[in-house]
Amino acid sequence: MEKEQFYYDNKIVRKFINATIFWGIVGMSVGLLLAFMFLFPNLTDGISWLSFGRLRPLHTNAVIFAFVGNAIFAGVYYSTQRLLKARMWSDALSNFNFWGWQAIIVAAAITLPLGYTTSKEYAELEWPIDIGIALVWVAFGANLIGTIFKRRQRHLYVAIWFYLATFVTVAVLHIVNSIELPVSALKSYSVYAGVQDALVQWWYGHNAVAFFLTTPFLGLMYYFVPKAANRPVYSYRLSIVHFWSLIFIYIWAGPHHLLYSALPDWAQNLGVAFSIMLIAPSWGGMINGLLTLRGAWDKVRTDPVLKFMVVAITGYGMATFEGPMLSLKNVNAIAHFSDWVIAHVHVGALAWNGFLTFGMIYWLVPKLFKTKLWSVKLANAHFWIGTLGIVMYALPMYVAGFVQASMWKQFNPDGTLTYGNFLETLTEIIPMYWMRAIGGSLFIVGAFIALYNVYKTAKQGTKVTDELAEAAPLAKITNKRTAKEGYHTWLERRPVKLTIFATIAILIGGMVQIIPSLMVDEYVPVISSVKPYTPLELEGRDLYIREGCVSCHSQMIRPFRSEVERYGEYSKSGEYVYDHPFLWGSKRTGPDLLRVGGKYSDNWHLNHLYDPQSTSAGSIMPSYKWLLNRELDKTSTEDKMEAMVSLGVPYTQAEIDRAQDWMTEQGQQIEENLYSDPDFAKTYEADKAYAQENGEEFVEMRNREIVALIAYLQRLGTDIKVKNVDEEQEADILGETEDGLGAIK
Amino acid sequence: MLKFIKGNLENIDGVEIYPMVSLLIFFIFFVALFAWVITAKKEHIKQVSNIPLEEDNQ
Repeated sequence: MEKEQFYYDNKIVRKFINATIFWGIVGMSVGLLLAFMFLFPNLTDGISWLSFGRLRPLHTNAVIFAFVGNAIFAGVYYSTQRLLKARMWSDALSNFNFWGWQAIIVAAAITLPLGYTTSKEYAELEWPIDIGIALVWVAFGANLIGTIFKRRQRHLYVAIWFYLATFVTVAVLHIVNSIELPVSALKSYSVYAGVQDALVQWWYGHNAVAFFLTTPFLGLMYYFVPKAANRPVYSYRLSIVHFWSLIFIYIWAGPHHLLYSALPDWAQNLGVAFSIMLIAPSWGGMINGLLTLRGAWDKVRTDPVLKFMVVAITGYGMATFEGPMLSLKNVNAIAHFSDWVIAHVHVGALAWNGFLTFGMIYWLVPKLFKTKLWSVKLANAHFWIGTLGIVMYALPMYVAGFVQASMWKQFNPDGTLTYGNFLETLTEIIPMYWMRAIGGSLFIVGAFIALYNVYKTAKQGTKVTDELAEAAPLAKITNKRTAKEGYHTWLERRPVKLTIFATIAILIGGMVQIIPSLMVDEYVPVISSVKPYTPLELEGRDLYIREGCVSCHSQMIRPFRSEVERYGEYSKSGEYVYDHPFLWGSKRTGPDLLRVGGKYSDNWHLNHLYDPQSTSAGSIMPSYKWLLNRELDKTSTEDKMEAMVSLGVPYTQAEIDRAQDWMTEQGQQIEENLYSDPDFAKTYEADKAYAQENGEEFVEMRNREIVALIAYLQRLGTDIKVKNVDEEQEADILGETEDGLGAIK
Repeated sequence: MLKFIKGNLENIDGVEIYPMVSLLIFFIFFVALFAWVITAKKEHIKQVSNIPLEEDNQ
């Protein structure tokens, strides 16, 4: 058949690579700043938009969606065109994909530091940006599928299946988890509450790892590793098994993020079982990637591209071995909420995603500029510095996690906690945080070396914006299976069917887990003493969300003796029924706050938020000074309550009508309580007098943000502290716990 | 342990069929998967796995 000439679009690939390197350095630098905040907690003292709680989601979002996201698009746009022997379907869609994605990243980089966040991990962006993400993602998918339709290669290579599964699943995850009720332009509440919200969030969160950080990168692995090694993948049959079993099993594993939480046991156990199974497809894929280098290991000694890829695949193997282990309940009991998890995710992010990206960039850039890599030596230097950085990052975090979790659980012979003061367990691991910061710095130095090398390579070469290629068009053949054609062979040339089957495979698991939580009435047992938050507490809760307190403080006491002793009665699912969104958290840099209500005085909270080290010597919590001066915005309180009503929170109309008075009353009460501290009374009165003398506007304490936050903190966990006679004994135990915690003061 | 599972699910009509259906879905899924893979023709596998290595005018 006559061959057609056409051009591959290299310009779009180049743009995505530039964006990958740029955002990679930005995202990693924010991470490094955060790492140094563990050592110098008041590094950005008093600057609200550079505070830890607000920057932490910026770091995770920048690394996942900006760095890895752009790398995915770069690799997909390059490999898809060549695997399908066709230019991308629409240049307009390619460019919309690129500029739209960058606009979303910029929007995130502005809104997250300003405190606009839903607080759901890796889904923090507010609803208008969520809509933007959906539009750009659909454009990406349309472009991918459009290209598949005009392909000149009959069979879809396995990498393309991974891309298709990525597109479909991320769309489903993003939409289901982002269903929220807007209150204003940049504020919304999750429609799910408490346990259901947690289940949906971690179904999303886990599968964001699966289908954003894993499946697209496996597609890239199946394309770029054979390219770099110049030999076909070790076993194409294994890659078929890898693909189908991975996507089928991965989607079920989300509840392993909620072990020992208030999630029903059956859902937890289901998550565990599937997480253990996952090791099979994951390692199948890893072995397939590594064995692709059979007979080419001599090249690994000299070619930096292959070095990066080998460490990346090894990192994938380590992280996917560790994942199932962490899902075992006994291991999870130690690792969860500790730095162990931080180590685990950074093996994935730095080694698997980071190194595969760098390997791909070092292979791609010379191709895009028709030249050789400017300096192989520098690339090798990057490899060694980066590898050392990964080791220096991960090892201390494993040690830190294990040491701290063991200290949390340590009991004296008389039955009291050995380290009743949380801070003792923290100061113990500060040296580990130093080593982590050094490891992270090394990794970033490597990224800068890559930037320089790529810049030099580009400069010495010539851009190939549109690359000429030729291939014969596909001859029309029947859509039916031809004689002697195997079923899967036929399916591989039927992209729509393949996509539908992949969608079914991923939907089964999600439905089995989530639908019962939405349908079954008795899923969350009702606790009659649990009441909705007062308007002031609701506003305080929104401040807790804005400041990202959830980054370091959990609100989930697991049913362990050590946790009940330290924090109080373990969490019940019925306590969270009005929590839109849930705030269970995933990391305890500071202690759990579920039962903090009533534990300290209002003054303690005020002093602690103004200068944490003054109340808790050696604390690494940063100051939240601005809360003490800013006036609380009460303009949308009624709207917020009405939104809650539509989500099922039983506020009455009368309660909504008197929201303003109610807030003033509760604020006044807290203000009065604060006066019990003579120091406070003195400074506050002095401030007031000063403002009056100078004719400045003065915001009464009862109207300031701090008062709302104190109201919320004092409410936390108190609903089930109302005891009846039968529970006297339990109350005694709780009393002792509180004494134990008193030591923290 | 099982009482937690039953407690949450026993008010669904005909819930006892769920575990059977689940097992069947899994069994059939993996049997079918391996059947596809094992019966795939060698030349086809070879051809498809070489797609990334085909010359693309570079």
